[in-house]
Amino acid sequence: MNIQAKLKVDPRDGKLAMAHFYVFIVALAIGGLAGLLQTFVRSGKFELPFGIGYYQLLTLHGVVLALVMTTFFIMGFLHAVVSKTAGTYTNRQRTLGWISFALLTIGTIMAAIMILLNEASVLYTFYAPLQAHAVFYIGLTLVVVGSWVGSAAVFMKYGEWRKANPGQSSPLLTFMAVITLMMWDIATIGVATTVLFQILPWSLGLVETINVGLSRTLFWYFGHPLVYFWLLPAYMVWYAVIPKIIGGKIFSDSLARLSFVLLLFFSIPVGLHHQLVEPGIDPAWKFIQVILTFLVVIPSLMTAFSLFATFESYGRSKGAKGLFGWFKKLPWGDARFTIPFIGMLGFIPGGAGGIVNASHQMNQLVHNTIWITGHFHMTVAFAVILTFYGVAYWLIPHLTGRILTKKMNKLAMIQGITWTIGMLFMSTSMHIQGLLGGPRRSAFSDYGGSAQAAEWVPYQIAQAVGGSILFISIILMIYVFINLAFFAPKGEQEFPVGEVAKGAEKTPLVFDNWKLWLGISAILIVFAYTLPLIDLIQNAPPGSKGFKLW
Amino acid sequence: MAKTELNRKIDTETEVEDSTNLKGTLASVMILGAILIITWVGLYMLFLSR
Amino acid sequence: MHMHKFEKIWLIFGFGALLVFLTVIGVSAFYLGNQPPSCLATIDPEKVDTTAPFDKPGLKKVEGKEWDYELVFVASAFSYSPARVEVPLGAKVKVIATSKDVMHGFQAAGTNVNMMLEPGYISEVVTTFKNPGEFLIVCNEYCGVGHHMMHSMIEVVE
Repeated sequence: MNIQAKLKVDPRDGKLAMAHFYVFIVALAIGGLAGLLQTFVRSGKFELPFGIGYYQLLTLHGVVLALVMTTFFIMGFLHAVVSKTAGTYTNRQRTLGWISFALLTIGTIMAAIMILLNEASVLYTFYAPLQAHAVFYIGLTLVVVGSWVGSAAVFMKYGEWRKANPGQSSPLLTFMAVITLMMWDIATIGVATTVLFQILPWSLGLVETINVGLSRTLFWYFGHPLVYFWLLPAYMVWYAVIPKIIGGKIFSDSLARLSFVLLLFFSIPVGLHHQLVEPGIDPAWKFIQVILTFLVVIPSLMTAFSLFATFESYGRSKGAKGLFGWFKKLPWGDARFTIPFIGMLGFIPGGAGGIVNASHQMNQLVHNTIWITGHFHMTVAFAVILTFYGVAYWLIPHLTGRILTKKMNKLAMIQGITWTIGMLFMSTSMHIQGLLGGPRRSAFSDYGGSAQAAEWVPYQIAQAVGGSILFISIILMIYVFINLAFFAPKGEQEFPVGEVAKGAEKTPLVFDNWKLWLGISAILIVFAYTLPLIDLIQNAPPGSKGFKLW
Repeated sequence: MAKTELNRKIDTETEVEDSTNLKGTLASVMILGAILIITWVGLYMLFLSR
Repeated sequence: MHMHKFEKIWLIFGFGALLVFLTVIGVSAFYLGNQPPSCLATIDPEKVDTTAPFDKPGLKKVEGKEWDYELVFVASAFSYSPARVEVPLGAKVKVIATSKDVMHGFQAAGTNVNMMLEPGYISEVVTTFKNPGEFLIVCNEYCGVGHHMMHSMIEVVE
């Protein structure tokens, strides 16, 4: 069908993607260790050595995992996917890819140094008026700019493919990569605006005060699509890679594209649902964004149907009978399928919790409790990360010209299942403790001997147990990664790209109509944000000076 | 640019996919839907009771 | 674009459920007044101590309002004023709070009282304390090195 779709990712592009994955695994190790130590501290039985602060460690954990690890994995994965499905990068595109990598890395190092020097213990959300060292913000800016440069490479490749294949629908995975990065680029405008025009001048001392409400709102304009930036690559794998791994077909190319377009529309104009219990924002606007948030559930409902349909169709083609007979026909011994599949299941409670969080006044039940921490560990640190692990098992050897051996596959299974057990322990106990009122982002405390706080302690110990199991899984992952990158036997590991069934409906060309999609997206954003932002600027209280309270 | 004409002519109309047996899929997503509803209703009750 | 019959059923079902959820919370918020805390009043964060009602934190009986008491809290790193307060059981109370420095949280554990305190803004919520006992107030937004030490206590007494 598509002449340029190569069997293998070009080694030069493979190198670019691998560079990202090396940073990914280092970030996983550092961030995971920080997470382990946090759960220990919160158990009340352990204190941090060498004068390391709990919140310093927590900042490291959040920045290194939520911002760095994810971004590096996703950019590496998208470069590989686009190079594979739309064709090898031109030298110019690859150069952009490397410039992007360099910017991401320099930015990361700058931010990391400031965290280690205890100049930036402001957590990864860096809410003003806590004020970190300017270099921390500059570093994070470089990470964002780096991702823009990387997305330019993807957009150029896509444009080139369209020119070379007029009248054809673009390769599904490339299309999804373009949507993911468009959403990311639009979303990061918010955080870039608050950093460049508010936080940086203020942290450099050029202006004395900052409009806190505006800064937070611009942050959350970015903060929610950020979680979709993590999720969309996982959806790419679920829609377009997993069917090939199990030997089935993509359920529907058009519906997959439709759900991605809907995700582009509705993942951005919804940031206020993170600010539901905040003063300074009219409750009517909060509710409008709550409605938009509920609409972003629809594409996920479509996704669930498509995935089950792919699995059932495959099982029935293998002769499965009865209502659930197809379930047994799935390749349960294959870590490339099973580990991401567990992730998919985890997204069910993750999504259910998400609907509760976004339910306007019900947010008071859970806001900033450790339920929220449990929630996003279920979604990103379980559903998404298990999928990324599943990708690493075949993509790393594909790029390094090696293979995933049976023995490594078994170890990968153990690794993923260990992760599952650890996260179930940790996330479940976080959810329960949150409903009992336990706050997130807090070191161990008995809160003046409060009886309520004493009830939380057993759950905090359960979190330390979960954290320990998770750390064992990380060690296994590092072992698997190093094996696949450097020591596994040489060979050809398949890059699975799903296909639609023969005689399937042709994908309508409208999906490649970006003017339409970006236009609708812009209208929704302008509608959802213009008045709340004007309100925050016009009716602003006196600004805030910076504080360094750590 | 004339190439675009080629694709337009090909008429790959959908085969009747409704004949595909997706009973298990419907049952699975309905279980998923039940989990969403139970979670939400349960927490709404908790919200009301507090 | 073709869609399987079952998928249509599923999406109608899912959309319907979401619509019911939205209607329930929408009616509750806009007709019964159960809005999330969204007071739009502002204050100079550096003059909190001299601005009413924050010049006198604590519980105050009020007349002729929809609520019986006003409970005023001032938050600053890393404490609340008052550090402990008694509230009569079943009283309808308007909690009014603000921050003197950075972002703080204000959550009475085990209740629906949970709101952000943002420098420059006043946060308000009206609540009825239905159950007797001690309710811990915790700061649930990171505010600095003493964040986990920041707490207060509401004692609901008969």
